[in-house]
Amino acid sequence: MSPKPDFTPHADTGKAKNFKTTMLALARYMKPYYIHISVVMIFAVGSTIFSIIGPKMLGKVTTKLYEGLIAWYAQTGLLTDFKYISNMIIGLIILYIVSGLFSYIQSYVMSGVTMKVTYKFRKDISEKMHRLPLNYYDTRTHGEILSRITNDIDTLSQTLNQSITQIITSVTMLIGVFVMMCSISFLMAFVALLVVPLSMALMMAVIKRSQQYFKGQQIGLGKINGHVEEMYGGHNIVQAFNREEDSVRQFGEINDELYNSAWKSQFMSGMMMPIMTFVSNLGYVIICILGGNLAVHNVVSVGDIQAFIQYMRSFTMPITQIANISNTLQSTAAAAERVFEFLSEEEESPETDTIPVPNPVYGNVEFKNVYFGYTPDKIIIHNFSVSVKSGQKIAIVGPTGAGKSTIIKALMRFYELSSGQILIDGADTAKLKRSDVRAMFGMVLQDTWLYHASILDNIRYGNFDKTQEEVIKAAKAAHCDEFIRALPNGYDTEMNEDADNISQGQKQLLTIARVILADPKILILDEATSSVDTRTEKQIQKAMDALTEGRTSFVIAHRLSTIRDADVILVLKDGDIMEQGSHDELLKKNGFYADLYNSQFSEGEE
Amino acid sequence: MLKLARYLKEYSGMLIMAVALLFVQAITDLALPDYMSDIINDGVAAGNIGKIAQIGIKMLGITLLGAVCSILVGYLAAKIAAGVSRKLRYDVFDKVQHFSNKEFDEYSTASLITRTTNDITQIQMVLIMIVRLVFYAPIMAVGGVTRALSKSTSMSWIIALAMIVLFGLIICIFSITMPKMKLVQKLVDRLNLVSRENLEGMLVIRAFNTQQFEEQRFDKANSDLTATNLFVNRMMVLMMPAMMLIMNLLQVTIVWVGAHEVTSFNLDVGDMMAYMQYAMQIIMAFLMMSMMFIMIPRASVSADRINEVLTTQNSIVDKETPKCFPSDFIPTVEFRDVSFKYPGSGEYSLRHISFTAKPGQTTAFIGSTGSGKTTVVSLVPRFYEATEGEILISGVNINDVSQKELRDKLGYVQQKSILFSGTIDSNLHYANDDATAEDIDRAAEIAQASEFISSKPDGYDTAIAQGGGNVSGGQKQRLAIARALVKNAPINIFDDSFSALDVKTDAKLRKAIKEKLADTTTLLVAQRISTVLDAEQIVVLDNGRMVGCGTHDELMKTCEIYQDIARSQLSEEELAK
Repeated sequence: MSPKPDFTPHADTGKAKNFKTTMLALARYMKPYYIHISVVMIFAVGSTIFSIIGPKMLGKVTTKLYEGLIAWYAQTGLLTDFKYISNMIIGLIILYIVSGLFSYIQSYVMSGVTMKVTYKFRKDISEKMHRLPLNYYDTRTHGEILSRITNDIDTLSQTLNQSITQIITSVTMLIGVFVMMCSISFLMAFVALLVVPLSMALMMAVIKRSQQYFKGQQIGLGKINGHVEEMYGGHNIVQAFNREEDSVRQFGEINDELYNSAWKSQFMSGMMMPIMTFVSNLGYVIICILGGNLAVHNVVSVGDIQAFIQYMRSFTMPITQIANISNTLQSTAAAAERVFEFLSEEEESPETDTIPVPNPVYGNVEFKNVYFGYTPDKIIIHNFSVSVKSGQKIAIVGPTGAGKSTIIKALMRFYELSSGQILIDGADTAKLKRSDVRAMFGMVLQDTWLYHASILDNIRYGNFDKTQEEVIKAAKAAHCDEFIRALPNGYDTEMNEDADNISQGQKQLLTIARVILADPKILILDEATSSVDTRTEKQIQKAMDALTEGRTSFVIAHRLSTIRDADVILVLKDGDIMEQGSHDELLKKNGFYADLYNSQFSEGEE
Repeated sequence: MLKLARYLKEYSGMLIMAVALLFVQAITDLALPDYMSDIINDGVAAGNIGKIAQIGIKMLGITLLGAVCSILVGYLAAKIAAGVSRKLRYDVFDKVQHFSNKEFDEYSTASLITRTTNDITQIQMVLIMIVRLVFYAPIMAVGGVTRALSKSTSMSWIIALAMIVLFGLIICIFSITMPKMKLVQKLVDRLNLVSRENLEGMLVIRAFNTQQFEEQRFDKANSDLTATNLFVNRMMVLMMPAMMLIMNLLQVTIVWVGAHEVTSFNLDVGDMMAYMQYAMQIIMAFLMMSMMFIMIPRASVSADRINEVLTTQNSIVDKETPKCFPSDFIPTVEFRDVSFKYPGSGEYSLRHISFTAKPGQTTAFIGSTGSGKTTVVSLVPRFYEATEGEILISGVNINDVSQKELRDKLGYVQQKSILFSGTIDSNLHYANDDATAEDIDRAAEIAQASEFISSKPDGYDTAIAQGGGNVSGGQKQRLAIARALVKNAPINIFDDSFSALDVKTDAKLRKAIKEKLADTTTLLVAQRISTVLDAEQIVVLDNGRMVGCGTHDELMKTCEIYQDIARSQLSEEELAK
C-alpha cells in the first residue's frame, strides 16, 4: 500500500489541553455502557483474585511435601499426604480455569464496549461532517478531518480498552498480592513493599528521559519525511537546477540528527526491561535470603517462599503497567479531546419558522443589497443587487482567485449572507429550508465529483427513484451514452478508487447528465478551461448549451462566446463585484471588463 | 533481509560483543533458580543461616551482572540499529536523488517516499529486536532445557506437552484471525474511501441534499468494520487468558508429578521449585522465538523493498568521457527525427519530431491533452532519453555531454509549480546561490512577481510553507518562473507554466521575456491559443505526431487541427482580427 500523502503526519500524540474535562466528557459519552463496565470490573477483580490465590495454594502443596519429607526423616509421620495434595491440586485446577474464564469474559465484554463506543464516535463524526457549515472546511485540510476518523479513533479504541482493563487489574493485583504477601509474613511483605517505590522511581526516571528523546526522534522523523517528500516531489526541479548533491548533503545533516535522537531513545526505552528485571530479581534474592532465614526459624514454610517468589514476580508487572498508564491516559485524552472538539464545532444555524417553497418554481432570482464575507470582519461583497428573470443567462467573469465561486456558494446558501437578501421567485432563501433552496439548483462544477459506485448510480445520484430508462435518456442528452456503452460493463461499470477509469472530460459529461436527470429550474455551471481534448470539449459545450435552454443559468465563464451571449455579466475582482451589465454596456463603460477583454489580444495587434 | 546484511559488517565487532554479553546475561538468568534451590536444599533444610547469606550475596552479584549486561546489550542494539538505518537511509536517498524520471515513474513517488522513511524505520525496530532476542532466546531455551534436564529428566514430557498445546493454540488463533485481519484492513480502506469521498464531495452532497444517503453509506462501512473488528478482537483477547491457563496448569502438573518424584526420592523439594521456574523460562524463550517468526517476515518485506531501490540500475548515466559544449555556445535546440516511447509502454508517445528552435525566438507547442507537448520538452533536460533520433544543442548531441553541463544551460519551469519550504528569497536563490539582489529583482520583475512580493509585509523574506501552500496558484507559478530566470540560462523551457495566470498577466509576462531575454531560446508549451499567437514558430502536436509547424497566420491557413483549436477558443470575430 502506498501512503496517503493527503494525511497530515500525526506522530505527535501530544498532550490534552484539558485532561480533566476531556476525561469527564469521555466518561459521560460512555454512560450507556456503565452496566457493561461494572460487569467488566467484577469479572476482572474476580479473575485477578482467583489467580492470586493460586500460588499460595501451590505453596501449601510444596510445604506439605517438604514437611512430609522432614517427618519421614524424623520418622514421626507419613511420607506424603497424597489425599491432601490431590485435593489441593483439583482445587487449583478449578481455580485457574475459573480465573481464565473470568478473565476472558471480562475481555470479551470490554472489547464489545470499546468497539461500540468506537462505532458511535465514527458515526457521530460522519454525521457531524454533514452538519458543519462549509466555511469550517475552508481552513482545514481533508487530511486533518480524516485523521480524526482514523488515527484519533484508533488511538482511542486501543487505549480505552487497555487503560480501563489495566487500571482495574493492576490495582486489584497490587492490593491482592500485597494482602496475600501479608498473610504469609508481614516482615517479608514489608520488605517487598520497599521494592515498589524503588522500581516506581526508577521507571519514572527512565520514562521521563526516554520521552524527551522520543520527542526528539519524532521531530527528526518529521523533518526527514518533510525533506524526502519535498525533494522527491520536486525531483525534476532538483535535477534541472543541478541540486542533487546539495539536497543529499542537507539530508545527511538531518539524518545525523535523527540518528542521535534515535539511538538514545531506543536505548532509553530498552533500559526499561533490564531495570525492571533487575528490581524484580533483587526482590527475588531478598526474599530468598529473608525467607530462608525465616524458614530456618520456622516462621514461614518452604512453600511460602515459593509462593512469595511468584508473588514478587507478579508484583512488578502491575507496577510497570501503572507507570505506563499515565502515558496511555494522556494519549487517550489527547485523541478524545480532538474528537470532542470536532463534535462540538458550531453547526449550521438551525432551521426554524421556515417558509414553504414557491410552487411552481420559475427561476426568477434577485440579489437585494447583498453583503457577504467569509468572516464577519472582512466583507468582500459590498451592497450587490441584481435582478435575474426566469430563463436568463448570467456570466460571472474575473481573473483567477477573484471569488467567482463565492457568489454561487452564497446563492445556494452554502454560506449565510452578512446582510441583504437573495430572493427566488420572491421567497427569501434565508427563510427557506436549506435543502429546499438547494433542490431548486443544478450544479456542474469543474471539480467533478463521482463516488465509488456504478455509473448508473452516479448519474442518478440524489434522484435514486429514477428508472434506468430515464437515466439513459439523460445520458443521451448529455452526449455520454455512447462512451458509457463502450465501457466494459456499460452503465454498471464501477468507478474505481481514484475514478480514473474514465477521462476528466467524460466525468464532466456524467455530471451534466446527473443535472439533466434532476431537472432543476436554476443552473450553476463552471466551464472547463483545460485538460480536456478538443472533441470532448465540443461535446461538453453542446451538452451545456442544451442544458441551459429554458432555465435560469449562472455560468462561471471562460469562453468569450458564452460571455457575450449572457444577459448579465458580473465582473469580479478581489472578491467584490466591480461591474455588471451586458457585454456591450460594459465595453462602452471602458472599465475593468473592457480592459480584461482587450488585454487578451493586445499582443497580437502590436 | 540477508541482502542487507552487508550493512551490519561495520558493526560486526559490536555484534560479537552483544552476543557475548547476552550469553552472560542468559547464564545469570538461568543461575538464579539454581541458587534458590541451593538455599532451600542446603540452607533451609540444613538450618544453615550462614550458607543462606553466602548464597544470597552471590545471587545479588549475579543479578547485578545480568542487569549490567542487559543494559549494555540495549546500548549496543540501539547503536547498531540506528547506525544501520542511518546508512541505509542515506544510501537510498542518495540513490533516488540521481534516479531519472523513468525510475520515478516505475516506483511512483509515494512508494519511494515510503521506502526511504517507513520501511527503514521498520528495519530499525526489527534490528533492535533481533539483536536483543535472536541470540538471547535460543541461549535461554538451550540453557533452560539443559538445566531442567539436570534436575529431572522424567518430567520433560510436561514441558513438551505444554509447549505443543501452547503453539497449537497460537497457530489456531492466528489461522482463524489472519484472514479476518486482512479483511479489517480492506474495511478500514473502505471507510477511509467513503470519508474522503464525503469530504471531497461536500458541495455536491449538499447541493443534492443526499446527506442521509451518505450517512447510510458511511454507516454501512462503519458497521462492517465494527463487526469484523469485534470478531478479531474477541479472538485475540482469548490469547492471554488461555496462555496464562496453560502456564498455570503446567505448574500444577509439575507439582503433582514432582510430589510423586519427591516421595520416591528422585527429586529434592528445592529442585522441584527450580524446575518450575526453568519450565517458565523455557516457555518464555520459545514464545520470544515465535514472536521473531512473526516479526522477521514483515521486516523482510521492507528489506526487499529497500534493496530493490538500492540495486536499481539508473537508466540515464553520463558517458565515461563526456564531451563539453563548444566555447562559442549557441543556444539552438534541434530535434532530428525524434521518436519516444515511455518505458514499459508499447506505443510511441512521440513519432518523428523534427524542428529547430533558434536563439532569440519562441518556439511554442500546442495540442490537446495527451498529444505529447510535455513529453517533447522533458526530453531536452534528459529527464527521459529519446528512444530514436537525436537532440542537439549548439550542435552537440545532448547524450554526449554530462547531465550537469546540459542542465546548466537550461532554465526550466514545470507544469506543476513546485516551491520548497523556506522563503521567497531562498526559493529564488535556489537557481544560483551567488545571485545578487539585482539579479533576483530583475528575474522577479520579468516574471511579473515583483508587485505581489513587495505587497507582502515581509517581502522577499515571506515564508514559503512546504509545497508552497501559503501562496496562491498564480503567485506560485510566477515564483517558479522567476526562479528559472535567476539562473540566467541561454535556453528557457516553460512547460504550460502560464496556465494559472490571467490573460493579462500572461501577456505582460511574455512581452517582458521577449524584451529582456532577447538572445535566449524559449521553448513554451501552452493550452491557450492566445499564449502562442505571437510565437515565431508554433509546433502543433496531435497524438504524438507533428501536424503543423509555422506561425499563427500560416497555421490558420494550412493546419486543420490548429484551426480547430483556435475556433474552440476564439470567436469568428477575434479570429478575423
